[in-house]
Amino acid sequence: MLAKRIIPCLDVTAGRVVKGTNFVGLRDAGDPIEIARRYNEQGADEVTFLDITASSDQRDIILHIIEACAEQVFIPLTVGGGVRKVEDVRRLLNAGADKVSMNTAAVQNPDLVFDASSKVGSQCIVVAIDAKQVAPGMWHVFTHGGRNDTGMSAVDWAKQVEKLGAGEILLTSMDRDGTKNGFDLALTRAVSDAIKIPVIASGGVGNLQHLADGVSDGHADAVLAASIFHFGEYTVRQAKEYMASRGIEVRL
Amino acid sequence: MSAGSIIAVIDYGMGNLRSVSKALEHVAGDKQVIVTADPAVVAAAERVVFPGQGAMPDCMRELDARGLRPVVLAAAKDKPFLGICIGLQMLFDHSEEGDFAGLGVFAGDVTRFPEAKMFAADGQRLKVPHMGWNNVAHKPHALWADIDDGARFYFVHSYCVQPADSTLVTGTTDYGIPFTCAVGRDNIFAVQFHPEKSARDGLQLLQNFVEWRP
Repeated sequence: MLAKRIIPCLDVTAGRVVKGTNFVGLRDAGDPIEIARRYNEQGADEVTFLDITASSDQRDIILHIIEACAEQVFIPLTVGGGVRKVEDVRRLLNAGADKVSMNTAAVQNPDLVFDASSKVGSQCIVVAIDAKQVAPGMWHVFTHGGRNDTGMSAVDWAKQVEKLGAGEILLTSMDRDGTKNGFDLALTRAVSDAIKIPVIASGGVGNLQHLADGVSDGHADAVLAASIFHFGEYTVRQAKEYMASRGIEVRL
Repeated sequence: MSAGSIIAVIDYGMGNLRSVSKALEHVAGDKQVIVTADPAVVAAAERVVFPGQGAMPDCMRELDARGLRPVVLAAAKDKPFLGICIGLQMLFDHSEEGDFAGLGVFAGDVTRFPEAKMFAADGQRLKVPHMGWNNVAHKPHALWADIDDGARFYFVHSYCVQPADSTLVTGTTDYGIPFTCAVGRDNIFAVQFHPEKSARDGLQLLQNFVEWRP
C-alpha cells in the first residue's frame, strides 16, 4: 500500500537553514546538507528546500547546496523559492532536484506551469499555494508571504494548475503557518478532495497528532513540517511511529 | 581504466541523470560511471543503465533523434542492462501514452492506471500519478539480494507495463490494481520505481546490479 509521506522542510538563506514565524525572527537551525542527511537517516520520505534568499545575486548558493545534497542523500529532493522561468526549473533539476515548486510566478503567469510541465514532465512540477481563509469555507490564494490577496479561490486555483500540468500541490495555510496550532484541516480537505494529484499539507504543525490529523482528517497525501524536526522536539522516526499507531500507512 | 569496467548511463536528453549517476557512483566501487550519449561509449561499456522520465513518446523521439536505438537494442541483447521508469516502459511494444511504439524488446503494452479502479479499500480516491513509497512483492531474482520482500521503493508514474509473458515478472505492487513493477529476462532487469531515490534499499538494488553476473 502506498505510504503517506513525511517531508521535513528546510528554509534556506545564505547557505544556512533558518526558521522563524511569518518570516520574522529567523533562528539559525544549521547546515542544510547535514540536516538533510540526518532526516534521511531518520527515514524522511523526501526533503524540501525552500530558498528564502531575498537578493537575486545569492541565488546560486542553493544550486551548490542541491548539488552537494544529491551526492549524499538518495531520496527525492524538492526545491522552491525564486523560480520565475522554465530556465530556473531546469537549473535546479540539473543541480539534482527531483521536483521544483513554484508559487508567485505561477500566479502571475499560469502558462509557466504548462510550459514547465510540458518540458520537464508533470512529475517534476509542484505548485505551492499559500492560502488564507477569507470567509467560512472560503480560502483565497495569497502571494508575497501572505500580504497580497489575489482574490482567487484556493480550490479553483488548485484545479486550474492540475489542468495546466502540475504534478503535486504544496498547500500552506497562511493562517496557521508558524502557529503550532495544527494544519487548517478544512482547507486541506477541500483542496485534496477537489483534485486528483497529490496534496502536501503545510503550515501549523506543533505536534505529532497534527501530522496524523492532516492525513486522516485533511485527506493529505503527504505532510510537511519544519520546526518540530529542526530543534529536536521529535525525530521523523517518532512521527512515523505515531502515525502508524493511528493506523496510517507509513514507511518505517 | 579499462573500458570493460564502465557503467554507461544512457543520456538521450530527457531530464536529469545526476541522481542516477551519483547513486551508482555511491555503490560502483572501482567501476567508472559515465553519463553518455555516445554510442561508442555505450557499446564499449561493461553494463548499461537505461533511465527515463517524462512522457514515453518524447523519450522515444529523443532516443531516435540521437541515433541511440541500435546501441540500446544491442546492449539489451548481451550486457547487464538496467531499465528505470520510462526506461522500463520503452522496452515494451507499445504505450497508450500518445499511442506510441516502444522498442519491442518485450511483448506487451504500457497502459494508464484505470480511473474506475483508483479507489483505496476505505473508498478514498487514489491519486494519479502514483507518487511515493510503495511495497514491492518479489519473484526470485539475483537483484533482490539483501532486500526484504515487500520493501518500499519510490515511485512516480501514471502508466504501467503489462507483459504478455508473465514469466518476465520479477516484482509486483498494488495501487488500485496489482501491477508489474519489475521485469527480468536473461541479462535485462527493469523497474518502474526509482532505485536512485529509494534510500538504502534502492542503493542495495543498484549495488546488486553493479555486481550482477547474469
